[in-house]
Amino acid sequence: MTTWFSESYTSDVNFTFKVQQIYSAKSKFQKIEVFETKDFGRVLVMDDRIMLTEKDEQIYHEMIVHVPLAVHTNAQDVLIIGGGDGGALRELTRYKTLATIDMVEIDSMVPDVAQEYFPKVAGNFLDSRFNLMIADGLKYVRSTQKKYDLILVDSTDPFGPGESLFTREFYGNCYDILREDGVLVNQHESPYYKSDAREVKSIYEKTISIFPIDKLYQAHIPTYPSGHWLFGFLSKKYDPLRDLQVEQWSALDLETFYYNLDLHRGSFALPNYVLKLIDKI
Amino acid sequence: MTRKFKLDQDQAPLYEALKQYRKKRMVSFDVPGHKQGRGNPELTEFLGRDAMSVDVNSMSMLDNLIHPVGVIKEAQKLAADAFGADSAFFMTNGTTSAVQAMVLSTVNPGEKIIMPRNVHRSAIYALILSRAIPVYVDPGVDENLGIPLGMSLEHVNKAIEENPDAKAILVNNPTYYGICPNLKAIVEMAHQAELKVLVDEAHGTHFYFEQKAPLSAMDAGADMAAISTHKTGGSLTQSSILLTGPNMADDLGYIRQIINLTLTTSSSYLLLSSLDITRRYLALQGEKIYQRVLEYANYARREINHIGGFYAFGNSEINGDSFYDFDQTKLSIHTRSMGLAGIEVYDILRDEYQIQVEFGDLSNILAILSIGDRPVAIERLLAALADIKRRFGKTEDHLSVNEYIKPKVVMSPGQAFYAKAKQIPLDQTLGKVCTEFVMCYPPGIPILAPGEEVTSQVLEYIHYAKAKGSSMTGAEDLAIEKLNVLDQE
Repeated sequence: MTTWFSESYTSDVNFTFKVQQIYSAKSKFQKIEVFETKDFGRVLVMDDRIMLTEKDEQIYHEMIVHVPLAVHTNAQDVLIIGGGDGGALRELTRYKTLATIDMVEIDSMVPDVAQEYFPKVAGNFLDSRFNLMIADGLKYVRSTQKKYDLILVDSTDPFGPGESLFTREFYGNCYDILREDGVLVNQHESPYYKSDAREVKSIYEKTISIFPIDKLYQAHIPTYPSGHWLFGFLSKKYDPLRDLQVEQWSALDLETFYYNLDLHRGSFALPNYVLKLIDKI
Repeated sequence: MTRKFKLDQDQAPLYEALKQYRKKRMVSFDVPGHKQGRGNPELTEFLGRDAMSVDVNSMSMLDNLIHPVGVIKEAQKLAADAFGADSAFFMTNGTTSAVQAMVLSTVNPGEKIIMPRNVHRSAIYALILSRAIPVYVDPGVDENLGIPLGMSLEHVNKAIEENPDAKAILVNNPTYYGICPNLKAIVEMAHQAELKVLVDEAHGTHFYFEQKAPLSAMDAGADMAAISTHKTGGSLTQSSILLTGPNMADDLGYIRQIINLTLTTSSSYLLLSSLDITRRYLALQGEKIYQRVLEYANYARREINHIGGFYAFGNSEINGDSFYDFDQTKLSIHTRSMGLAGIEVYDILRDEYQIQVEFGDLSNILAILSIGDRPVAIERLLAALADIKRRFGKTEDHLSVNEYIKPKVVMSPGQAFYAKAKQIPLDQTLGKVCTEFVMCYPPGIPILAPGEEVTSQVLEYIHYAKAKGSSMTGAEDLAIEKLNVLDQE
């Protein structure tokens, strides 16, 4: 049955498109739906928010993975918090140098649905370096003994099951399990609509007090609210621009849809209104 | 324990009556003046039309708390049944008023009441109102944890023997920290000496609905108990229940009169209906709910002790006497073992992690787990504690230890409170008789009560607690730089 799906960006703004629902279920944590659409391909929706579309998911997943790995080229052990759709995992598996990739996803239904309906995104769950743990991300970072070189916080929004991943205690414990030259990249919400912008500010205020290097970068993701999306590059040692390993990364010869080294540099140049939001001007 | 109810606990007469009232669409020419919210649109938008529409005055279909003959009477009967009490009185002035009603209805002016010194401020306020004379029992202290305990039987026995004229004994069950005395033995001892047993059960609502919980006052045979249903039971703040046992059956009319002396004549139906609905919920679901709470608390305790530095104490501290039993839903966490005062951890949790715990004293914080908790919140607390340890933890313990200060009682609180007094700088008060209260709040247990001598130990404690950031309350001078003392000229 064809119908219209709307995601509310604010109480007065909706993003609406024509869909055909092909899957819908309620997990212990959230409502999960899959739609077929004409312009975006298949779309994964959780609690009425678009998580990914086949059309533009590469933008998000390339930006959350290649930006840190073009800087920290010695990274061996990677932790993904969330990311159950497998998109970040797919990009990570392209780096032969990585030794282990752990994923802590709270909702087992997400990897299941992704593997069933999004084979191009979730095609790497069988990689020999990969270890999936269905667990609470906050609890994992507090209690694990393992140390990491890179942590990717690929979470849902700051309400619902992702709520505890936007806290001071989460980032404090992440800091603790990162090696001396470790890097953390988090999805940092959108700076555009007022309530989202508040979250950007709130996340930044928490992380800047923990990590000596904390820089935001942006990407244009058409199916996320306003399309203007931010990521945070948090690090103990490496600066995302000064320490960009141009030659090493170029030598990998990875084919990408969105990311390149010029874009890497440019993505850290932020509009004034965003700089103002995080008190940089 | 799980009790068998005599009445059908599925009923909620007060709640039903309010729903009926709403349906009738009455035209109000009585108070409150907002008239179902119409007269105050901003407040109605904030609190919601549903809440405003039942913020109404007493009337025949809704009964009247100061003279209950209808649905309030029925609701109170159901509450008594649910709690295994002989009778129940709904309170809308908080548990403070329930504690005061217990003291005022059993101890007359000039008569003696035995109580531990670590009572809530409301009990000492009751002494001022009643002009009763307190006989303080040293509650015992765990010096490692820096917390007062629950009175040893030997101390209670001694106080009873030395004061054959005492009329009542007041017992905390549990203390703020979750510690329970041997209530059954205290009740037997006190009844033998013809003392009434009054139990401050502000933190013990769940004792009545959970099998593994410590013994409740009514099950121990106590005469009266003050229950803060709003604290761990889920009713609205300021709503409480006063329970009475079979020994008080002849005094119910008198107790009602005593309650009415200070009870508002416009009791809130929001509070009253919350008691009725909460009672039904607890009677029908309490066992299940509190088992879940208990699981959360025990999980949190294990994890905290695994983090190290902190010590979340529990059943292992039980000593068969002054620490007779422990309320495992209280997550009392000792912080001094990693060089931080409880109040420091309390402040850090609130300011940097947006986590509000119940209180921090010099050595501990207390996280209260109740009907409303969820795993994600518990994980946040645990992760925050781990982060605090990493950021601020020290190995050496350089903090002050003594927490229990034995009071030097010179005259009764009532006598001192109304005596001629003068306000002088704190540092000049040594050796003087204080006429007001000084306490760290929370937990609200007095360091000084009216009629007690200011000792060097007391002054040292006040300075130390202020320096650590404790909020000091009770005195006329809000900054506690001056103190009211007896004017002996």
